[in-house]
Amino acid sequence: MAAQRIRVIIAKPGLDGHDRGAKVVARALRDAGMEVIYLGLRQTPEMIVQGAVQEDADIIGLSIHSGAHNYIVPRILDLLEEEGAGDIKVLVGGIIPERDIEALSERGVGAIFLPGTTTTEIIEYIRQAVGGRAT
Amino acid sequence: MPKKPTTLDEVPQPSSVAAVPAKPSDGTAWSVKQAWMERTYEPAVARRPERSDEFMTVSGRPVEALYTADDLTARGVELDADVAMPGEYPFTRGVHPTGHRGKLWTMRQFAGFGTAEDTNQRFKRLLANGQTGLSVAFDHPTLVGLDSDDDLARGEVGRQGVAIDSLEDMETLFDGIALDGVTTSMTINHPACVLLAMYAALAQKQGIDPSVISGTIQNDVLKEFIAQKTFVYPPRGAMRIMGDIIEWCTETLPRWNWVSVSGYHIREAGSTAAQELAFTLRDGMEYVELGLERGLAVDAFAPRLSFFFNAHNDLFEEVAKYRAARQLWAQTMRERYGARNPRSWWLRFHTQTAGVSLLGQQPRNNVMRVTLQALAAVLGGTQSLHTNSLDETIALPTEENAIIALRTQQVIAHESGAANTVDPLGGSYFVEALTADLADEARDYFDKIDSMGGMVAAIEEGFPQREIQEAAYRYQMEIEEQRRLIVGQNAHTTDYGEPIEYLYIDDSAEGQQVERLAGLKDRRDDQAVRVALDALHAAAAGEANVMPRIMDAAHAYATVGEICGTMRDVFGEYRETPIF
Repeated sequence: MAAQRIRVIIAKPGLDGHDRGAKVVARALRDAGMEVIYLGLRQTPEMIVQGAVQEDADIIGLSIHSGAHNYIVPRILDLLEEEGAGDIKVLVGGIIPERDIEALSERGVGAIFLPGTTTTEIIEYIRQAVGGRAT
Repeated sequence: MPKKPTTLDEVPQPSSVAAVPAKPSDGTAWSVKQAWMERTYEPAVARRPERSDEFMTVSGRPVEALYTADDLTARGVELDADVAMPGEYPFTRGVHPTGHRGKLWTMRQFAGFGTAEDTNQRFKRLLANGQTGLSVAFDHPTLVGLDSDDDLARGEVGRQGVAIDSLEDMETLFDGIALDGVTTSMTINHPACVLLAMYAALAQKQGIDPSVISGTIQNDVLKEFIAQKTFVYPPRGAMRIMGDIIEWCTETLPRWNWVSVSGYHIREAGSTAAQELAFTLRDGMEYVELGLERGLAVDAFAPRLSFFFNAHNDLFEEVAKYRAARQLWAQTMRERYGARNPRSWWLRFHTQTAGVSLLGQQPRNNVMRVTLQALAAVLGGTQSLHTNSLDETIALPTEENAIIALRTQQVIAHESGAANTVDPLGGSYFVEALTADLADEARDYFDKIDSMGGMVAAIEEGFPQREIQEAAYRYQMEIEEQRRLIVGQNAHTTDYGEPIEYLYIDDSAEGQQVERLAGLKDRRDDQAVRVALDALHAAAAGEANVMPRIMDAAHAYATVGEICGTMRDVFGEYRETPIF
């Protein structure tokens, strides 16, 4: 039996439209054999969590450049808990100040990737985090 | 810089020079370049291979070992006709005969965060430090036409720019700054109609006739669908408002630049230099055609159209891009649209250094990147320039880093010599060849987009969006495959220095702004707001120009969200189909 593919939701929460990073990462993960669902722009925490639960995602990748991460990310983590989907790992990419990185990590974010991160690093991280699956 | 030969082997031997005859046997002239390649270059490479199999620009354009006059001949470049002289058609070498000798570019640092008071204070400090123009960065809720108390605005109020909800906030933003004494650039697009009307209303309140105020609104509604993605209305509605703005500004605000056609965001989204050039100019052409459809004479409105380009790391390719842009625009305006006023032919532009090129790793290195990029913009003849701060990838700039960025421009202006002569790189075989190649590539894109029925149709088909995504992915893969080295990212990665200090914006702006807005809503005359918004609705649904109605609504202290919402009711709201 073929191993189940890693399922990843990529989304841009908030109002910011800088989607180059989100799309490049989405495509790189797809090319690495993962199942990628890109939800697109202006996603509310509710929309993202609903999408992740419906799609039975392993990973949620959020791209945030707007500075709204301290509101958006904890909200998503809370909603995941409420939905009993706390095992879905949340990754954040974008512009995140260092003092927020620590706070968000303590809050339960899996990893935070800053500008200059390669897609290879992200792919490796996801494979390790999900573990046990072929891709 | 040529390396000094270290062994006798590497010195070109006189015998090998003599081995290539002056003319081939068929009697045609030898290409000087080809003769050199055979005589000197190829033997040298055979002895010691070059350090890479491929040399390419930031955009992935292959670069040859040497450019000579032969490369211009091969491209059909006629220096007299295509390059000409500064201040003369087609302005490849610059729109002003004196370049930066007559006047330096405007050092225009984009600023804005928190509340209107915070930004007002930074404006005053920047003016005191020698900055010559103001530039307003709005927060995301304002950029997408939402008020600070909107549910969707949560966490974003005053974060990446200043929160403006009403004319009252504009009064605070420009407190102590007379609008007839500054030029102001406002970076806003679909809601630009609202912010411009508020600025004109503020001028009136300061006792200044709006006809004398000067500045720019970005208002490049089409590139929102291609790149920036802070859209509000669908393309058709956005273009209707655009047409109203062109007409209104032409009649009422003759000194206002009603659009800054922006390649900046297209490049930031990952395009090549040629795509930035082509899509930006083609967007500009779409606005010219809109003005013509409104029955305006091209020379009545085209001189107020300005451009905004990116400055990336590849100095020569960037300089060529600006030169090609001037040439293409002059030719297009004269040949395609029949403009007769030379001011309609001029492509004037603002430049911002490439945020996308900056790294979070070893952030001090970003100062060097910004310096190279700013130098490219200056050598390319920019009219105005924003230099990014070294902390751009981490946060909004600290005061200190914002000053370093401004000082970078001042060092280039006064110490580098780059501003001492017009178009210093003109006549460089390499730069002239690149200029011709970029212009050709842009013309091919124009043809493709024309065949699709214009830029609106091309956007609806997702054409420019797909082209940019491909380029963005290619670039990323070049880095990951080590075909492109980026210092601090995939080369020379050893970190140094203490972590830099950055500006931390707390959440207090959001609470203050929401409170302020609630206060305004209590104080204002709701009936007057209702009447003004109803009149705006009727204008939007009919054919009357929306701009005078938006100005009335601004005077009545209707909010950005209310005014944009009224037009959303009529024109609808754009939703993107996500593709990757």
